Amino acid sequence: MTSTAFLQYCLTGISIGGIYALIAIGYTMVYGILRLINFAHGDIFMMAAYFMIFAMVDFALPWYVSIILVLTATVVLGVVIEKVAYKPLRSAPRMSIMISAIGVSYLLQNLATYLFSALPKGYPTIAFLTKTIRIGTLSTSVVTFITPILTLAFVFILIQLINHTKMGMAMRAVSKDFETSQLMGIKINRVISFTFVIGCFLAAVGSILYFTPRPSVYPLAGSLPGLKCFIAAVFGGIGSIPGAVLGGFLIGLSETFIKAAGYSEFSDVFTFILLIVVLLFKPTGLFGEKITEKV
Amino acid sequence: MKKLFALAMATVMTLSLAACGGDTGNNGGGDAAGIAISGNTIKIGVFEPTTGENGGGGMQEVLGVRFANQVAPTVDINGTTYNIELVEVDNQSDKTAAVTAAQSLISSGVVAVLGSYGSGVSIAAGQTFADAGVPAMGCSCTNPQVTLGNDFYFRTCFLDPFQGTVMASYAMDQGYKTAALISQNGDDYSTGLAAFFRQAFEGMGGTIVADETYQTNESDFNAILTSVKAANPDCIFIPSSIATATLILPQAKANGITAQIIASDTWENETIISAAGDAAEGVALSTFFDENDEENPVAKEFVTGFKAYLNSNPNNLTLNGGSDGVAAVSALGYDAYMAVYEALKALDGTEGDLTSVSIRDALKGVSFNGVTGSISFDENGDALKNVAYIKQIKDGKFQFLKTQSAE
Repeated sequence: MTSTAFLQYCLTGISIGGIYALIAIGYTMVYGILRLINFAHGDIFMMAAYFMIFAMVDFALPWYVSIILVLTATVVLGVVIEKVAYKPLRSAPRMSIMISAIGVSYLLQNLATYLFSALPKGYPTIAFLTKTIRIGTLSTSVVTFITPILTLAFVFILIQLINHTKMGMAMRAVSKDFETSQLMGIKINRVISFTFVIGCFLAAVGSILYFTPRPSVYPLAGSLPGLKCFIAAVFGGIGSIPGAVLGGFLIGLSETFIKAAGYSEFSDVFTFILLIVVLLFKPTGLFGEKITEKV
Repeated sequence: MKKLFALAMATVMTLSLAACGGDTGNNGGGDAAGIAISGNTIKIGVFEPTTGENGGGGMQEVLGVRFANQVAPTVDINGTTYNIELVEVDNQSDKTAAVTAAQSLISSGVVAVLGSYGSGVSIAAGQTFADAGVPAMGCSCTNPQVTLGNDFYFRTCFLDPFQGTVMASYAMDQGYKTAALISQNGDDYSTGLAAFFRQAFEGMGGTIVADETYQTNESDFNAILTSVKAANPDCIFIPSSIATATLILPQAKANGITAQIIASDTWENETIISAAGDAAEGVALSTFFDENDEENPVAKEFVTGFKAYLNSNPNNLTLNGGSDGVAAVSALGYDAYMAVYEALKALDGTEGDLTSVSIRDALKGVSFNGVTGSISFDENGDALKNVAYIKQIKDGKFQFLKTQSAE
């Protein structure tokens, strides 16, 4: 392997890893607050891609308007799902709400199949993102290059938000003790909605970054990335934001290097084996032990 | 806590299993005597993928068949006029679903079957048709295994060994000495073509410098393309589905790959140009048919008629990928229907019951001028063809480059 090829693999791996990290944050935050694994998250990511097609292809809006629309629509979708499918089950056993999440996941997939057909649709091109750039001997598209930078920027903002704002303090309180924080006057429904807003916002950003260089959207497009990001969240310690980010980057890199070694058929196998190994030997994940920091 | 994780893990497992699962078909008992024609209607099954990976191309083939049915809706046999009715099923580009779809065709009483697009599904369903004694006429399934050892499977297109060899000859003629291969793991069409290309290319003195494979529904080819780029080939042969092509072309461009990309018949689809844009420029591919072929009167007539048929209904245009370009697979769908139609005509004057087996026997002797050249079948049921058309994407259009025979 030449050094150019090696750097190229690193760039690819970090880029896909950044997208996984953005989606994994959505899993981990919802788990932190609600103790719910939101299986519909991958499908919200898929719906965000269809929103983009609507905005840019069907309504021919310029890309900057489309991006704002996509972010808004995805956030609204996430909050509506929470209000309709999860909120009424808040006092029900955890099993029920998880089954509800699986139901929402299938509902979104089949709704998309019904509305948009199972045929892959082309994702619109945002010209400046798909431009090819050269960095030394490396050749890549702008989007691949800026993905990890954007990811880290969003993670930084998110951590500031959680540690230094009133809402962040409320989120930390809720994640520690749901009922007590309610007694202390925290408006629990607002905190939960806000969590979904952040999760879906990041999923929408991830969706734009993911589908721009892989311009093919179909109703099941969110299911495998969704599962992988869930594994990234578990690997990093579900409930921990830095854990989810690290998990995302590690899965992205390992996947790319396994493909680079010529074993592309084993890249997904590896990811799922990783899940089993983590659950067997360190079920709390990399950063999962410090329960106090869970958000 | 631990219980919750165990539950989560079980759920993940179930979800991933559900993705792999699917219906397993029943083993319907075959009746070697075939299915008899009853009443005044002859039912012909259309066994094509209209959803799934090959949904787009499969649909174009169905359009060709529907048009053919419009052109020749009835046939006279022994003084009776029979209406030909199409029974369409969707095999979902999935080998398991294909068997179920084939069985549903058989149980609806079809006496012949057209299709499919894609070799994998045709191979999977071949035994079902043979057991029932119903002849199947493949349109664009190019793997040898489709007809080999199956007395009931025929096809109107050329084969993978021929197509692989043609593309290898083309690469050699262009002066390429090294080639890279990218194929889909577990897909008979893709791996078959790659293997035949390798055999022919190496036989002519070329070198394969990289041989990469990817998984079904893969969307990220960056790692593979990096390896290919590092090997620095003169050309890259990518026999793949349309969906893969629309993903791999922009990524190849972003990775700065400048080697000539050559492909196979599947890529002849307008979607590739509209989805990949600039990145598709220069791609060369082999195909069964060219709409600008002036030498064949049957083809000229077909192109005019088919364009009118597409433009008569906006829905047809959408299904054809948004333009009235005539795809090779539509022409093959038309030819497949006409081959069965010729066989039905040949039954005129025969004695005894009209069954699906007698149609099969008649197919063996069929010889006619089709849209994609003269068609007759060898002992395996393969169409006898010796020329492929090479097209290149230039200025956002498929342009006819030359005809290429295998060396």
